[in-house]
Amino acid sequence: MPTDTAAASEAPTRLDVRKTYKLAIGGKFPRSESGRSYPVFATGAEAGALPLAHAAHASRKDVRDAVVAARSAQSGWAGATAYNRGQVLYRVAEMLEGRAEQLSAEVADAEGIDRRDAGAVVRATVDRWVWYAGWTDKIAQVAGNANPVAGPYFNLSVPEPTGVIAVLAPQRSSLLGFTSVVAPVIAAGNACVVVTSWRRPLPAATLAEVLATSDVPGGVVNTLTGSAAELGPWLAAHADVDGIDLTGAAELDSPTWGELEAAAAETLKRVRRPAELPAGAEEDWQAIPHLDRILTFCEIKTVWHPKGR
Amino acid sequence: MTAPRIPDAMPDDPQRLAHRVVGSAIDETSLRRFLFGLAGVDEVGADARAARLATRSIKTDAKAWALDTVVSMIDLTTLEGADTAGKVRGLAAKAVRPDPADPTCPPVAALCVYGDLVVTAIEALDRAGGRTPARYVKVAAVATAFPSGRASQRIRVADTAEAVAAGADEIDMVIDRGAFLAGRFGQVYDDICAVGEACRRPDGSRAKLKVILETGELGGYDAVRRASWLAMLAGGDTIKTSTGKISPAATLPVTLVMLEAVRDFEAFTGRAVGVKPAGGIRTAKDAIRHLVAVNETTGPQWLTPDRYRFGASSLLTDVLLQRRKAATGAYSSTRYFSVE
Amino acid sequence: MSAPSVGRDGTDPAGMSLEPSSPAPSPLAPSAADVFGYSPAPESASLARIAASYDLYIGGQFRAAADGRTLTTINPATEQTLAVVAHGGAADVDAAVAAARRALSGPWGSMSATERGKFLFRISRLIAERARELAVVETLDNGKPIRETRDIDIPLVAAHFFYHAGWADKLPWAGLGPDPRPVGVVGQIIPWNFPMLMLAWKVAPALACGNTVVLKPAETTPLTALLFAEICADAGLPDGVVNIVTGDGETGGALVDHPGMDKIAFTGSTAVGRSIARAVAGTRRRVTLELGGKAANIVFDDAPMDETIEGIVDGIFFNQGHVCCAGSRLLVQESVADEVVERLQRRMSTLRVGDPMDKNTDVGAINSAEQLARIEALVTVGEGEGAHRWSVPCQLPDQGFWFAPTIFTDVQPAHRVAREEIFGPVLSVLTFRTPDEAVAQANSTPYGLSAGIWTDKGSKILWLADRLKAGVVWANTFNRFDPTSPFGGYKESGYGREGGRQGLAAYVA
Repeated sequence: MPTDTAAASEAPTRLDVRKTYKLAIGGKFPRSESGRSYPVFATGAEAGALPLAHAAHASRKDVRDAVVAARSAQSGWAGATAYNRGQVLYRVAEMLEGRAEQLSAEVADAEGIDRRDAGAVVRATVDRWVWYAGWTDKIAQVAGNANPVAGPYFNLSVPEPTGVIAVLAPQRSSLLGFTSVVAPVIAAGNACVVVTSWRRPLPAATLAEVLATSDVPGGVVNTLTGSAAELGPWLAAHADVDGIDLTGAAELDSPTWGELEAAAAETLKRVRRPAELPAGAEEDWQAIPHLDRILTFCEIKTVWHPKGR
Repeated sequence: MTAPRIPDAMPDDPQRLAHRVVGSAIDETSLRRFLFGLAGVDEVGADARAARLATRSIKTDAKAWALDTVVSMIDLTTLEGADTAGKVRGLAAKAVRPDPADPTCPPVAALCVYGDLVVTAIEALDRAGGRTPARYVKVAAVATAFPSGRASQRIRVADTAEAVAAGADEIDMVIDRGAFLAGRFGQVYDDICAVGEACRRPDGSRAKLKVILETGELGGYDAVRRASWLAMLAGGDTIKTSTGKISPAATLPVTLVMLEAVRDFEAFTGRAVGVKPAGGIRTAKDAIRHLVAVNETTGPQWLTPDRYRFGASSLLTDVLLQRRKAATGAYSSTRYFSVE
Repeated sequence: MSAPSVGRDGTDPAGMSLEPSSPAPSPLAPSAADVFGYSPAPESASLARIAASYDLYIGGQFRAAADGRTLTTINPATEQTLAVVAHGGAADVDAAVAAARRALSGPWGSMSATERGKFLFRISRLIAERARELAVVETLDNGKPIRETRDIDIPLVAAHFFYHAGWADKLPWAGLGPDPRPVGVVGQIIPWNFPMLMLAWKVAPALACGNTVVLKPAETTPLTALLFAEICADAGLPDGVVNIVTGDGETGGALVDHPGMDKIAFTGSTAVGRSIARAVAGTRRRVTLELGGKAANIVFDDAPMDETIEGIVDGIFFNQGHVCCAGSRLLVQESVADEVVERLQRRMSTLRVGDPMDKNTDVGAINSAEQLARIEALVTVGEGEGAHRWSVPCQLPDQGFWFAPTIFTDVQPAHRVAREEIFGPVLSVLTFRTPDEAVAQANSTPYGLSAGIWTDKGSKILWLADRLKAGVVWANTFNRFDPTSPFGGYKESGYGREGGRQGLAAYVA
């Protein structure tokens, strides 16, 4: 197969087929119901440069649809065996490996880093999916246990998924950071609605395509490209959302993450606050993840039963 | 339970009553279906309920009444190979006047002996003044190759008939636990019916039939409930926990499970069956706990010697000590009560 | 106080006539129902040495509120005043937080974990030594039966301290990370339904993990917390490790809003929990909430029936139904609904309602006039909605706050009595047809604290347990508590767990 440069020099000019970046809701890839899109530029692009793409600009009604999709997918996903969920997440890693070239290019553009560093980010992302693929069938063993109650009762505590989780993905780390907040949420059996980085949405949008081809059931991860400031309040206030990860709201001015947390209080959502970091800093996404990322969106359920004849 | 309430039950015709409760002719299959259809018993829950009942605090007037009631419910028992006429005479005197110093002390319900000592017991009670209408102590005989029950049905029926002929007011029979545990419920049913027939006297009256389940050998409360129903279906007048020869015997939760069966059977058929815990009840406190369980399970209608008995030998002395304490305000001593 | 009057319904002993004739009818028989109503068996109130007035406990000192305000706590069974207690305000909370901070950076913070644990062991023993006194005070202040405070509340309090004492120097093995550190100064707000037990659930894990606490007991039940302050002093616990600030909702608000607080732990209503979650939003103050519930207690046709009836009774009438995890929604399989209701009514008729200090009382007083009014209001709503009400026919004392054990049948899922937490001795009975329908109905609530399952079929239990959105699932039992067993809810029943290994997570950073 001829390379691009060979094609450019020898054949008549061929117009590339550009990719349209869309939302991912319930296993489908719709444009925003609002019809809106917004131009996405490479980080560090000169003023006046052409946009990389026009991303779908998700609206509150996309949030509404995504929550419905997540709710209907959640019990089936949680009901799958932990072994099966692990295999599905591992499949994501496999599929991602095959799209490494494309994603490296997108990450390089999105984050303004060179292709070699972007390649390292993609490899770390693949490894992160593998990490969480291995967690699915160990969470209950690590976070659950038998309790030696003072009586003739069998008593077992096990973690279970909280339900539908809203995730505001980090604004800087477009792929590894995105993966690091989404994978732990679904590893436990939750379904999620994720709002990507506003300025760097494209790698996440491509990852959504990978998820769709990796046996992740439709609706388990619903990816909305758009603004955390605009969509965050709808998610925080949505009564059918059980928890919210405010990581990507760390630097919002209006609403602040505190205001989103206050909105989430109305239905007593589980809230993961942004990490306490100096201004401009983001969590070290290369570091080994803490189990908290999984357990914040797990419920401990304790079951009692008498022991008798 | 799905069968209709049967208000016109006929205790003298157990087969007919059983037929109507079970909903078909009685045979191995129908009995098995019926008994396995009974709701299960959760052991921990039953134990917890019994423990909770045991926390009731019975004081003053209620306690005084309870102590006298316990005395009146005792089947004063001696069931030893070494039993003699002398021993029976001693017990008889105590049965009629448990506290000779206190004429208000009621007699016990019955003297419980082996069948060959029935005549001796009746004579002794008579001599002690315990066969008058005002102060009548019954004679109960254990029968049916007590305590193992391991003899042919013919022998067991003959054992019963002999005791009835000798004048026993009541027969304490044992069920064939082997047959029960092997699932031959029809055989157990037939045995009880046959012994019940042997309780008939020539004048048409019947000795009261108390059916010992020997709950300590049945393996669990589900089996106790099934055995209770089986005994009631077969016409038992009273269901009794134990021979006293096997441990555990009359624990409070076992008795509770039997009381529940009796309560449901009465609600179902209109026929009130008695309960007799036997073995292991040694203190007044234990016995009062039983009265509480009766009161709150079957209701106070069962708080009479006709419907509740204690099979015991050492219980009486402790109750007498407590009666004396209630009367005098000071703790008493066993030295004031006779030893038989 | 008059003796309990229920449990003697004089059922007609019609079955008698069917018995074999008896040569000598017992002279005792006719009087049985009249005499064996049990005589009064009161616990001695003199076991409680209640002072006329109590101060706040701050920094190891008992002191009046800064502005001198006081509150009065009464015995809800008699409406008589028990004591006057200080009404802490913002200045007092401030002083308590400062004292807690000093203890944290002082002797408590520098103490070895082993020594810290030994203090908890010592406290556990002191509680056991004064158990009966504490039970009596709890019953007088709260209105719950002495049988419960004596046999359940106070033994569990001692057990809770004993369990957590052992954790103090074993936290690195708790699976909470390699170097668990205390969160810091913890503000704790507890309700009136289990005053001292909720104190133990809060204070024991907090201290085991090395925190210091400012605790606010409920307005109507402050006394055992103040006795606990004496116990802390008696134990030689360093000043400021435990601070008790009595007061009302305003006092609690001051705790929640205090910027020096590192964490808030609250048990109480969902409405207040929501306002606390809102108040700490955007701060770095952590929060755990244990809130309301409307638990489904699911009865299948193959349930062990007698124990099930006991479990239903225990589930809703324990502690007058003032239990966040009460089994207040009975879901009965339609095929046994009539039988279950009939058996339940018969069993309820043996409940003894009355003087909480009587050792035989099963159902005591409602904790306050306010709570009684709330219960009465919702019950009126239930009647208006068309549900059928049945209350145990019993005489209630003239003084005090009382509500007879009550069930509603013909309740529909949309009725308010099927959806709202009544927090009283009122059970709503609904029916279902299939296990799937039971799960759907059980989960159809914003709450998710507890649930009950009654069936003899093990696989059905496990199938349901997987699907019920509730933090605690009791199968063939109900309302069991243990310090080793985590407790807490899903959804709007709050977040975080109390008890067990998982409960420690709320108190380590």
